Amino acid sequence: MLKVEEQTPVVFSSELLAKFDDVITRYPADKSKSALLPLLHLVQAEFLWVSTSAMDKVAEYLKIQPIEVYEVATFYSMYFLKPQGKYAMEVCRTGPCCLVGAEKILDHLESKLGVKEGEVTADGLFSFRGVECLAACGFGPVLQISPEYTFYENLTTESVDKLIEDLKNK
Amino acid sequence: MSRKLLLEHINVPGINMLEVYRQKGGYRAVEKALKTLTPEEIVEEVKKSGLRGRGGAGFPTGMKWSFLAKPEGVARYLVCNADESEPGTFKDRYLMTYIPHALIEGMIVASFALGAKVSYIYVRGEMMPQIRILERAIAEAKAAGWLGKNILGTGYDLELYVQPGGGAYICGEETALLESLEGKRGNPRIKPPFPAIAGLYGCPTVVNNVESIAAVVPIINDGGEEYAKIGIGRSTGTKLISASGNLVKPGVYEIELGLPVEEFIYSDEYCGGIANGKRLKATVAGGSSVPVLPANLTLKYANGEPRLMSYESLSEGGFATGTMMGSGGFIAFDEDQCIVRNTWNFARFYHHESCGQCSPCREGTGWMEKVLHKIEHGHGKMEDVDLLWDIQRKIEGNTICPLGDAAAWPVASAIRHFRDEFEWHIKEPVKSQAQNYGIANYAVPIEKAPVTEEK
Repeated sequence: MLKVEEQTPVVFSSELLAKFDDVITRYPADKSKSALLPLLHLVQAEFLWVSTSAMDKVAEYLKIQPIEVYEVATFYSMYFLKPQGKYAMEVCRTGPCCLVGAEKILDHLESKLGVKEGEVTADGLFSFRGVECLAACGFGPVLQISPEYTFYENLTTESVDKLIEDLKNK
Repeated sequence: MSRKLLLEHINVPGINMLEVYRQKGGYRAVEKALKTLTPEEIVEEVKKSGLRGRGGAGFPTGMKWSFLAKPEGVARYLVCNADESEPGTFKDRYLMTYIPHALIEGMIVASFALGAKVSYIYVRGEMMPQIRILERAIAEAKAAGWLGKNILGTGYDLELYVQPGGGAYICGEETALLESLEGKRGNPRIKPPFPAIAGLYGCPTVVNNVESIAAVVPIINDGGEEYAKIGIGRSTGTKLISASGNLVKPGVYEIELGLPVEEFIYSDEYCGGIANGKRLKATVAGGSSVPVLPANLTLKYANGEPRLMSYESLSEGGFATGTMMGSGGFIAFDEDQCIVRNTWNFARFYHHESCGQCSPCREGTGWMEKVLHKIEHGHGKMEDVDLLWDIQRKIEGNTICPLGDAAAWPVASAIRHFRDEFEWHIKEPVKSQAQNYGIANYAVPIEKAPVTEEK
């Protein structure tokens, strides 16, 4: 999953580092590793994915081994380990949403965007994937778009078309 | 209309803001608890209320609190489990979105009762909008003096933080949640020691569900005994039910425990019946992990008595003819839904979410997913049904945490109650790709059993 390869080193801005400094105040002084998950979210919000060199920088910041960051980033499903579209759409594919048509939404996205699950459109704008339950079963089918995690409920193929057009024109 | 304790003011405009929440009586419980009660008295009230954990296990909350170790000079923690990920469950998200201060108020009272000076709300990472809502509400409460140093001049200090998860169902298991909060993979710990002895950072810790903590507020306001008068038997109080699937009005409902299941599904006060004029085929009454039941056993026990929405009544008949309350994720399937396809879907979920620590779960969930995929797509063999049964038997009870059981039960119950449908898929590989098995006899009403004079 995690390929060791040469990557362009990332630079963390002073704004991002200030956010890091704020997060670690939440934990006891010797337990700053607790900040790892929130820090990776901040990194992803900034760069839209989490590269190996970014993980190394996080390890350096928290004074832990890089492997401690890799094992966490690969365990949790939210961290993108390769670049995504500017709008990474995640559609719930679990039981209750499927009872009300989630599979149709996934099929529709594939044909509408012309890419398969996990791929990025040529213009770099969109990617999509099916994810497990998003805890909005009563309002399905649902999708969310990272990095803001804006949420869209009661989807139809028409509302998905409109959403894509709106994002394109943004 | 039944009594509402948690969602009473849900439709009040601006109830997500501190000012409006205060006007509706908010933070009274903090004043009462911090100024007039001792921590022990609060624990006693919660014990008297009979409140049972709303996350799924149903363990009495007051008892859980009383187990908390209190060694001198060691920090204690309260961690709220807002990692709501059980398919079919979305009540905590709803509560945090619309009445975030209800959770914060409960957290202050509970933290005071447990002697915690720092508490965390662990919210699943996907709920970034809810995380923003909670952080704003916490800042509001802190600015008004409900959090921070010397709250209400009582000398009690409390800091409350929101921690995002990373997208892992397993972190809803309390020890996995604590591992995650420590910045590690969400691998559940072997118990004992229980978190009450060695939890977060090795310190005594209580982990409670969002709804359990919010329920502490009415318990303190009205007293534990008043709370215990609502409900039925050992299922006291009200419960948030997340209703989804093929219903006319899916959504979150607060019910008094003891409401008949039939009334919940069909009355206009609640779900309003099955959507599009169809018939009910089956339900999963408490989130994807609990056994699926055909319509007839959902509405009535095997002996013909009506089934109620309560911990005891839903599990009446054991796994042979009953199910569980779980987290209150009520999923309804109409006559056109395919049980095999849904079982495959759930199996895929558990395979995806298994942390990989225990072999029976890591291997078994993947194996079940493959076999179910094969049957659903018309390539099954008759012995596959027995194979599935065999695999789930070998997962159940053989893992560190309950995810193994949660993966096994949906498969076991689907075979137990819907074996005909599995066999039909295998006998009719072509037909089963084009149409569904239908409702069959799953909705045939159960009549009252004749009284037999035995013993």
